[in-house]
Order: sequence, then C-alpha cells, then structure tokens
Amino acid sequence: MARRVTLRLGFEGELRDVVVTIPDDEPAPWQWGEKFSVVGVATPRLDGPLKATGRAPYTCDIQLPGMLYGAILRSPYPHARVRSVDLGAARRLAGVRAALERSGATIRFAGQEVAAVAAVSPEIARDALRLIKVEYAPMPFVVAMDEASRPDAPDVFESGGNVGSPHLNEIGNVAAGFETAAASVDAVYTTPVQTHVSLETHGAVASWNGDELTVWCSTQGIFGVRDDLAVHFSLPPENVRVITAYLGGGFGSKFGAGHEVIFAAELARMARAPVKLMLSRAEEHVATGNRPSSRQHVRIGAARDGALTALELEQHGSGGIGGGSGSAAPYLSLYRCPNLRTSEHNVNINAGPASPMRAPGWPQGCFALELAIDELARKLNLDRLEMRRRNNPSPVRALEFELGARAFRWEERARAPKARGPMRRGVGVASAVWHGIGASGPQAQCVAFRDGRVAVRIGTQDVGTGTRTIIAMVAAEELGLPLSSVIAEIGDTRYLFSLPSGGSMTAPSTTPAVRQAAAHLKGKLMRLAAPALGAEPEDLVISDGVVRVRAEPNRAMQFADLCRRISGDSLAADGEHVPNYGGYSMTQAGCQFAGVEVDIETGIVRVVDFVAVHDAGAIVDPLTARSQVNGGIIMGVGFALFEDRRLDPQTGLMVNPTMDDYKLPGVLDTPEIRAYFVEVANGITNTGVLGLGEAVHVAAAAAIGCAVADAIGAPVRDLPLTPDRVLAALGRV
Amino acid sequence: MKRFAVIAPADLSAAARMLAEPNRSALAGGVDLLDLLKQELAAPDELVNLKALGGLDRIESESGGALRIGPLVTLHQLAASPAVRARHPALADAAAEAATPQLRNLATVGGNLAQRPRCWYFRNPAIVCLKKGGSKCYAVAGLNRYHAILGGGPSFIVNPSNLAPALVAYDATLTLHGPDGARKLAIAEFFTLPKADPRRENALIPGEIIAAIDVPAPPAGARSAYIEAREKQSFDWPLASAVAILAMNRAGEIEYARIVMGAVAPIPWRAPSAEKILHGARLDRAVADRAAQAALEGAAPLAHNAYKIPIARAMVRRAILRAGGIADETA
Repeated sequence: MARRVTLRLGFEGELRDVVVTIPDDEPAPWQWGEKFSVVGVATPRLDGPLKATGRAPYTCDIQLPGMLYGAILRSPYPHARVRSVDLGAARRLAGVRAALERSGATIRFAGQEVAAVAAVSPEIARDALRLIKVEYAPMPFVVAMDEASRPDAPDVFESGGNVGSPHLNEIGNVAAGFETAAASVDAVYTTPVQTHVSLETHGAVASWNGDELTVWCSTQGIFGVRDDLAVHFSLPPENVRVITAYLGGGFGSKFGAGHEVIFAAELARMARAPVKLMLSRAEEHVATGNRPSSRQHVRIGAARDGALTALELEQHGSGGIGGGSGSAAPYLSLYRCPNLRTSEHNVNINAGPASPMRAPGWPQGCFALELAIDELARKLNLDRLEMRRRNNPSPVRALEFELGARAFRWEERARAPKARGPMRRGVGVASAVWHGIGASGPQAQCVAFRDGRVAVRIGTQDVGTGTRTIIAMVAAEELGLPLSSVIAEIGDTRYLFSLPSGGSMTAPSTTPAVRQAAAHLKGKLMRLAAPALGAEPEDLVISDGVVRVRAEPNRAMQFADLCRRISGDSLAADGEHVPNYGGYSMTQAGCQFAGVEVDIETGIVRVVDFVAVHDAGAIVDPLTARSQVNGGIIMGVGFALFEDRRLDPQTGLMVNPTMDDYKLPGVLDTPEIRAYFVEVANGITNTGVLGLGEAVHVAAAAAIGCAVADAIGAPVRDLPLTPDRVLAALGRV
Repeated sequence: MKRFAVIAPADLSAAARMLAEPNRSALAGGVDLLDLLKQELAAPDELVNLKALGGLDRIESESGGALRIGPLVTLHQLAASPAVRARHPALADAAAEAATPQLRNLATVGGNLAQRPRCWYFRNPAIVCLKKGGSKCYAVAGLNRYHAILGGGPSFIVNPSNLAPALVAYDATLTLHGPDGARKLAIAEFFTLPKADPRRENALIPGEIIAAIDVPAPPAGARSAYIEAREKQSFDWPLASAVAILAMNRAGEIEYARIVMGAVAPIPWRAPSAEKILHGARLDRAVADRAAQAALEGAAPLAHNAYKIPIARAMVRRAILRAGGIADETA
C-alpha cells in the first residue's frame, strides 16, 4: 500500500536526503533539478485572450431566458430597530415579480440589508426599492474604535460591552527580557480598514428547475456555496449545482453563500424565474467584508548586538460587527525572541463585518513590528538589514536576504544621500512568512478522448491567479503531451471536489491531485499501448505526444493513434491529493525591499521600486508566479499609501464607497517590481508546489513604511501614509 | 438611475429653450452627468444632447495668440493642441493632468467647468446636505480632509475643475447662450461662492449653455505654468494646484503676475497678495517663497485639512519658479 522514497530536499547549498512514505499509486515526487518540458516554462494564461477580449463569461455575463434582476434595499442607519417593512407598493409596481424582507432585523451597520426585490429590469428593481416603506427606530451608534472602547459608548450588541476579552500568547518572561535590553522602543501603530475591492462585485444568478437549483456565482469556493444553499433550502447537496467559470477576484471576501446569493435564490423561487443579483460598487465596499483595523501598542527590546530580548503587543482591532482582528501572528514567528507576550482584542463598531483578506492579520502585524524593529535598530546604531539577519530564524530567508540585498543594492542605497531638493529617498526591508502548503481533499479527473484531446476536470475555481493554466500544465507534463492537447475544466460542482481558493491553497492542493489523476490515466493508456508496441506497460515512456519503448525509441506510436484504440468514447482516471508527506519545511520564507521617494513639501510618497524574494516551491508557470508578486505588492502599495474605509461620525455612513474616493493604486503608482524565487524542494507533495498569493503581500506595506521612515528621518506610525501624516511627522503641519 | 430620453436640438437656441424646461440636463461628454445619474443626484426626464450640434468642438487661434475654445472640445484636444501649448501652456498642462487618458478623450471643456463638486457628502445619495437643500454642511463637523481652506462657508466644497484656475489666470471670457440670447461673462464672475447660494457653484441660469470660451493672449513675453499635487499619480483629484503667469520687463523685474490656486476653495482662488509681492520684484527663490506665504494668508482650515496649506504653498512657489524659468528640483 505504501512505499518509502528518498527525496533530495532543501535549497541550493542546503540539500539533504529525506525519506518519506507515500502511497503506492502516488507518482514519484518531482525532484530537485528535475527536467521538465511544460512545467517551469513561462506560459501566458490559457484564458488570457478570452478575458482580454471580453469573451470570458463571468457571473454578471450570464443571461438566461426570462431572467429577472434583483436588488437589495439597505439601511441608511448604522443602528436601528426595523419597526415595519411594507412591500405592498413595490410589489404592485409593473414589472416587479418578487419581493422579500429580511426577518427580525436589527440593523447594526449602515448598508445592512433590509429587503430585496426582483423585477424584469435592473431599473425597475431600483424603482421598486424606492417604493418600499420602512419604519426605522434609530438607536445610538459608534463607528470609531477608540470611541467604542470607552465605557459610556453605545453598545453595538444587546449583550453589551464592545471590547472582547483578550486572546493571549505568552512565552518566556517579558519583564525580565526588557531588563536585559540595551535599548527598547515603546510606540503605538495603527492600520485602517481596507476593503477587498474585487473588480467583479459579489453576485449570483439563481435558476430553479423543480427542487434543483443551479447558481452561477462569483465565489472563491463553489462547494461552500453549494453546501450553504443546500442547508438554507433543506436540499440534498446533489440538488444544488454551483458554477464559477470565471471570477474577478475575491481576496478572501467570497467564501460561502452571502446574503446576495441567498436573496437571488429566494427571489428566483418566489418569482418562478431565474434571478440575477449583482452588487454595486458601494454595496461591495460596505457589506461584503474587509480587512479589520488595528491599533498596536508595541514594546520591543534588544541587546547591544541587536538580538531581541523582549517583545510585547497590546492589540485592538475592529472588524465592525464581526470577524477576528488579531494581528499577533508575525510577532510570534517572524523573528526569534525568547520573551514574548501578545494580547489581542476585538472591538465591535457599527460597521460591516470583516472577512478574511489576503493573509488575515499579517500585513497589519508586519507593518507595526517591522517599523518598531527599524526604530530599535536606529537606537542601537545597527544597519536595519543586519538587525533582521541577527534575529532571523530561517535559513531560507538568510539566503533570500543575501539575494535581495544584492539585487536591491541595499548596502549602497541604505547609505546613499537622501536629499535632492525637496525630494527624500529611503529604503526599507521587511520579512514575510506564509504556509502555502495546501491541504488534502481535492480530487481530480483526467479524461482522454478518442480524438486525442485530454480534459482535466476538478471542482476548483480560478480566483484570478491562473489556476486553469497551471492545472493544464501539470497534466500535460505528466502525460508527456504538448499543453495545447490539454483542456482544463474547472468551476463546476459537477466535477470532483476541491477546496476553496483561499489561504494560498489552490496551487499546492490541486496540482498533486491533478498530477496523480494524470499519472493514473497514463497508466491506463500505457496498458492500452503495450500490446500494440509489443512491450510491457512499464517499459513505455511518453513525451511530446509520442509513446515509445524506453529501450528502443524507434518503436513508437503517436498519442492520437493510441487514443483511437480507446473503446467507447473516452478513458478516465481519478486522482487525489494524499496527505502532505511532511518533508522539509511547512513554512515559506520571504523578504521584500522597497525604495521610496518622498516630497517633504507636500508629504506625497511615491514607491519607486521593489525587490521581492520568495520561497515558491516548484514553480509551474513563472509568469503567473511573477504576476502574484506584482499583485501582492500593488495591493500593498494601496494599503500603505491610499486605502482607508472612512466612516462619517455624524451619520455612520461610509463617505468613500466608490473607486475614486476609495483610492487604489493605478499604473503610475505602481513601482518597478523585480521578483526572485528560491525554489525550495519541500517534499510535501508529489509536485512540491507552494501557494504564493499571501506570502507576497505580507511584507509589502511594512517595507514601504520602513522606507518612508528612512526617507524623512521619522517614522509615520499610521497607515495609510497620507500627505497629512507625512507632513505631521516632518513637523510641517 | 431613472429612465430618461435623449433629445437632439437643432441649434444652440433650440438647445437653450429645451434646457429651460424643468427636469432636463445637458449632455456633452457625459462624464460627470453619468456619475450624477448613477448616484441619483440628478434625475432628468430628458437629456439634451449637445453633441448633436456642430461646430462646438473646435479650437480657433488668432494670429495674436488669442484662443476661442468650443465647449465640446475635449481635454485631450486641449492638451494636444500646439496652438494652446504655444501661448497658454498652463491650460494645456491643466488638461493633460486631469483624470485618465480615457476620460480626457470624452470629457469636454464645458463639462469640466460646469461639473458638480466631488465632496463625498454631496455625492452620497443618502445624505441631504446644504447643497441639496438640507440644513447643514456635513464637512464642518465631519471628514473634511479634501475640503476648502479658503473661501468656505456655509458650504466647504472645492471647485473640482482643473481648467478653471488656468482660465481665470488667463482672463478668459465665457459666452453663455440662454433662451433669451447670449451674454458674455468674465470667467471669474462665472464661479460663485457658497455665501451667495450654497446650492450652486456658478452663474448659469436655467437653459444657459456655455457656448464659447475666449482666452485672450497673455501679455507679450509672459510665461506661465500649472502644477498640481495629487495623493495618487494615476487618476486623482488634486489636493491643491496653482497657475502662475509672469512677465518681466527689460530690467528683469516682474511687471505682470497672476497667481490662481485650484482645489483649495469653492471657486478658483486668485491670490492678489501674492501677485502684489511679485510685482516689481526680481524673481528668486526668496521672492517666490514670500509670494507663496502671502497666497495662503487668511487660510482657515477645518479639523482635518490644515495639511493642504503647506501643499498649496508649495504648488504656488513651484508654479512661480517654473514660470520664471528657475530650475525645479522636483522634476
């Protein structure tokens, strides 16, 4: 059943042999230095042309005969009891086919859903919303975290008390650690609420056929949506089909069936017609989740040589009416420190709930911790990179620091003159950790057809990272076929189960299942080919679409000819992601260097360039890997410089729920980005692929914050680093 | 968005008569109008399509350097026009810095001048503020980081037009075509302070259309510059902008100076005190500094926008230095 194999694991200069146990039917894991023909080749996304020309059908592109349009009425009050909802006039409007109210509603944030309608056009649906009469009893509210923490603040929930009990971590003796410190820093850092701003808003098209429900949905997890809908409507899961052919981003905000999906299905059932319900940009900002704010009181101490002796975090964060806001994780694992204490508190305010967002808690924690380390290094008169080297627990990152410093020219730039007229240049470096190792669960199917095509089918979804492309590449590699022969079919719960696309899990979780399915199909095909070639199946090899006898390469058969021997229409095989072998390392190290330029007369910051060095495991497609780095850093620029969900203290309304007032980095705000990968052979799965989505975002804002502090000679401890704050740090306001 | 019809006028007079009827809006580039419709701040029954009219999309230049700009000229046309660039570079630069390439291809000069303010309270359909007939300006006690530091009260919007400060500096005159004929108005009179009526930003009466923008040639030898500060470099409204026009006499003394700031007040904000300091002086960094200081004297910031004062000051100083040909260290 199982066999033991010896794998060469680690990274350049630090390779060692490790024995792991793997199932018999698992293909031999890809090895360090393995030669590939498809994997590792820079490959443009297979669906790129479809997306670029508008032909890729996203959820909002789905049109069904007789389809209605849904819209949601939302509360203008941040805290209110709904006394009554009168849908009568809305229902009577010509063209309205269904209306419903959210039962038992106490409103706890402005923008919370109150009612929904479906009509024959989006315009009529919106007209109908205006006809719904709602009687609200407004209640006192609080939208600022510091105010919510005061004892006399209005309670967000009836249970009272807006500040949750602390979540504690303690290692060693912090007080003793500070006593031995040669220098210490005691400062408060804050980060704002950031919203996901997926280019495609949340939404769904729901269609009933008897008690069978089909939902096209903008989701990161088709099976999660299926299960939520099955529970909500008391249906067996097989009666619910969820399709996500193309997805315009999620970043953690699109797990499960949100209220818009439930409403679409409810309205469709009431109206006996399909309903499309896509949220507007403003709804997206206020009601579909966010990265919580943080206020981080950091105390950190180190010995004269820079070795950390004590680190303490007192953190408050608000995910509105729900969602964990903790940011302690980087404090516990980024650097070595013998004496640690972290305390995290969730604070409720009358604002939309948080949801996971690209490395939950990490970018916030990393920003405060890395800035504090820079402040400490300055007190100790240590180079900031050297300070990090001395406390770095990861041999992989030690190599990354060297590669990155060389590429970035750290030694030279950290000492370079900073001034050119009113412009000041600065550099920063920050560390990242993630664990994009994936998980078991996914199953895949590979099917060869008589016409020589191969389909790989798996119930995953492409959140925008290139999943479709890398799945096809892995199957093509295993089957020895050109990529053009393989079609990847994803985004449908009719396919075998896969995990939600989050936690940097998609590539590491799906590729081993796809590879195993391809290996199993290859086994079946070799058994089909063996008699024709007069050889044993295990003596056959396949490459570039030709099956050959290993010892006599002239005895060969085209893959297409082999497929014509398939009886019936097709030959299929399944594969699964077996439990991780537990090979070399369960974490992935990274570091990022940022260069900035600050105009000290205006306080305007421009991020000039980035060097990112990351452990990516085995890289399937260098283009999509680099694309991940670009995306993670650009989102980090937004978090560092611009983005902030701003709530009006007078009305509780978000004042910037648009894409112009909620400022996102554009082309001219994007730095030059250079990505380098340390391909650590981790021996975790048969592909050794890691997920990059989060690793590449964790340190970006921190590196920018450190660079700005370097440029102007003073830390700006609050994100975003807007001109008012930069000018205040400079003493110019 | 409420349903509407698009109607095509035969000529300017017909357009003016159409627009004089209630619940009608002018459609030119449609950039701000589409925002207003989507945010339910405008709900016209009919849009009067000015693009149906010919001849309003041209830039005519006279031999002396004066310009006549049609209201349907796009920002891109303005930015790319050699005739504009020749004598009115601050106007060309102001157009080039606005919005995005896509928007500059659509947005018109008339629309840029008549667009509604960007104030996030005004733009929020759930808030009935002073500008929408409500009782208070929410910016006063609210989130006011982008609001006025000069000329505010009782409303604290800032004028959002990139072109307006340049056109004020160049002494442009607007031809306004109304149902009862045309009138001419100096552009400085076109923009109105909220003190007069907080619900409006300009002197247009119902039915009136900006039919032409006449920009005289600046004094002989004058040099001008436009500069703006944005938080984002891609697609953002300025935190502050400044236009400087300077002309020197043979002795090297400034004999003509115009300083106008944008994004700091409800109207394009001319700074006569800065002009006075420049007048008769020989330009150097110290003089530019003093003029910039003077330009912001009297600034009355709200709780969160005092930072705009040093930014506006930097813009004025840099515009003066650039117009005066003194090396700019930020380029």
